[in-house]
Amino acid sequence: MRFLTVKNFDKDKSTKFMDSKNNLIVDVNGLVKRFPIGFSGFFTALKGIDLTVSEGEFMGLVGPSGSGKTTFLNIIGTLDKPSEGRVNVLDKNAGTLTPRQAAQLRKEEMGFIFQSFNLLPVYTVFENVEFPLLLLNLSYGERKKRVMETLEWLGLTSKINSRPPQLSGGECQRVAIARAMVKRPKLVLADEPTANLDADNSHRILKTMVKLNEELKTCFIFATHDEKVISYLKRIVHLEDGRIVKDISSQKSELQ
Amino acid sequence: MIKFLLKGLMRDRSRSLLPVVVVTLGVMITVFMHAYLSGVLGESLEKTANFTEGHVRVETRAYADNFSQLPNDLALVGVDTLEKRLERLYPEYNWVQRIDFGGLLDVPDSSGNTKMQGTVMGKGIDLLQSDGEATRMELKKLLVKGRFPSKAGEILVSDELFEKLYLSLGDEVTLISSTMFGEMAMYNFTVAGSLHFGVNVLDRGMMIADIRDVKAALNMEDAAGTLLGFSKNKLYNDRQAVATKTDFNKRYESDEDKFAPVMSSLSDNGLMGFSYAFIKNMAGFIILVFIFAMSIVLWNAGLISGLRRYGEFGLRMAIGENKSEIYRSLIGEAALVGIIGTIFGSMLGLSASWLMQEYGINVGSMMNNSSLMISDTLRTQITPFTWFIGFIPGIFSTVIGAMLSGVGIYKRQTANLFKELQN
Repeated sequence: MRFLTVKNFDKDKSTKFMDSKNNLIVDVNGLVKRFPIGFSGFFTALKGIDLTVSEGEFMGLVGPSGSGKTTFLNIIGTLDKPSEGRVNVLDKNAGTLTPRQAAQLRKEEMGFIFQSFNLLPVYTVFENVEFPLLLLNLSYGERKKRVMETLEWLGLTSKINSRPPQLSGGECQRVAIARAMVKRPKLVLADEPTANLDADNSHRILKTMVKLNEELKTCFIFATHDEKVISYLKRIVHLEDGRIVKDISSQKSELQ
Repeated sequence: MIKFLLKGLMRDRSRSLLPVVVVTLGVMITVFMHAYLSGVLGESLEKTANFTEGHVRVETRAYADNFSQLPNDLALVGVDTLEKRLERLYPEYNWVQRIDFGGLLDVPDSSGNTKMQGTVMGKGIDLLQSDGEATRMELKKLLVKGRFPSKAGEILVSDELFEKLYLSLGDEVTLISSTMFGEMAMYNFTVAGSLHFGVNVLDRGMMIADIRDVKAALNMEDAAGTLLGFSKNKLYNDRQAVATKTDFNKRYESDEDKFAPVMSSLSDNGLMGFSYAFIKNMAGFIILVFIFAMSIVLWNAGLISGLRRYGEFGLRMAIGENKSEIYRSLIGEAALVGIIGTIFGSMLGLSASWLMQEYGINVGSMMNNSSLMISDTLRTQITPFTWFIGFIPGIFSTVIGAMLSGVGIYKRQTANLFKELQN
């Protein structure tokens, strides 16, 4: 796999964001999330979370199954709402967004990477990566430019006309990363992105993400319990039983 | 975005090919059924109107009450005057006199003794003075043997009767029947030709004679069983017929004589009324049946496709599409599939209908004992509506199917997308 330096990236959006207050991407205060159980009971998945995530962070929510990682990621991704507390994502209060506003925020500012890639099998690599840009109503010329640029970053230019069933797992996940990155989001949320990959591919994917994070200043938030992922994180937030038990920042900035 | 979705639709055959095939088949059947029913029932209605009922019919009240017995003793008298009056009052119709009668046809041998006898159902129509009736009943087309009557005393008989009685062209036959005054009637005719009606009830024993001969035979001077009115534009118009009937009957409302004339429309006849209503409403009926049936099939196809595309919809929601946008795109895809399927289905249905319209299917052997006035060659009839009827079930069913199967999109919890998309 080639690693390319990101040369042509349009940094306007990032620069604009850097000018906004405190460079905060996520600002969480007293977040509680309860799920109803039966007719009268509740299960509290998140119990008073306070957390801030700044621009360019490469951090992970780490913890055992049931610790609340995915629930927290859902709320940050505006896929779910907090029961209590305030969650600001990209200067928007996630608790008060309408479904349409939440969809708009995801469309414009967020990228998602899933464990099982979730590529659209009938479309080519180019088309899969192009899809988020279609939702932004960009012209074909602009879309093509951005898709090609992104595929170049990820070393996928030779696979442009391939369809997902023709790709390896590692290639599929790189396409998924390209799809998440193509609109140059400020925030990428990745839930167990290496769970379906072997060790070699996992390392390659993670190195790619570190590079993108460093060069594009895109904030990555992972939910994981994979040691390989954890070893690349610059900040590790340990969750246990719905609470943050540890928040460790490292100064890893070099590619591993 | 539309182009993008179209690409996906074209490439994913389970989303495009299967529904297109279902719609094509459904539409083809709808179109063909419509043409078939228009053809078979329409022809039956038309044939019945031309042979017995007319678009409107005038007879005496007593005759109307006993119509099935052909009671010529209850026939209209002063019929020439009444015919002229009807022509004046209702010029939109062509008025003709008819006499239906029953009797025995006696075939003598060379010494004048009875050789063969057969029951006949007779019809007295204007055969000699104008060819209006012959054209209306398409008699010249039905001629199998001999020629069309050209002078008084000549008759046509059904070919089956012709064979059964071992007749030859030019044979003298005697009709034995009863006059309108109840006396025995015997009248000699010459067989000029034989006809094949293609309608079992007529082929069994029909004779057609000029009405003047029948009047002479049955002693019905200035009388006729019925006066039939045929719309000059040849198409039955129930509204016009009912209006004419109502107006005519109002004129005789106060007359309590059982021999007073009374008018009825084609749709007043029980079976004809049902047939007419059926033909009129069948399009809606067929459409409803096919919308219902195809919606269920396409709903299921949509559900299966929806399950397959569950990941795609989830992903689209995650990366910023609204549920309503996804739902609308699903309906758009369905409408497109519906239009394509409808075009193919209509083409196939129309082709099959055209073939059957041109060549027909002979079912004579299946109708040996039928008394229905249905042709032994079934033909479809392509009407202007046949060209469009398929679009209604074709597009409605796909859209309704997609709407039903797409409801799941609204029920989906976006909060579960991460969990769902893990698998």
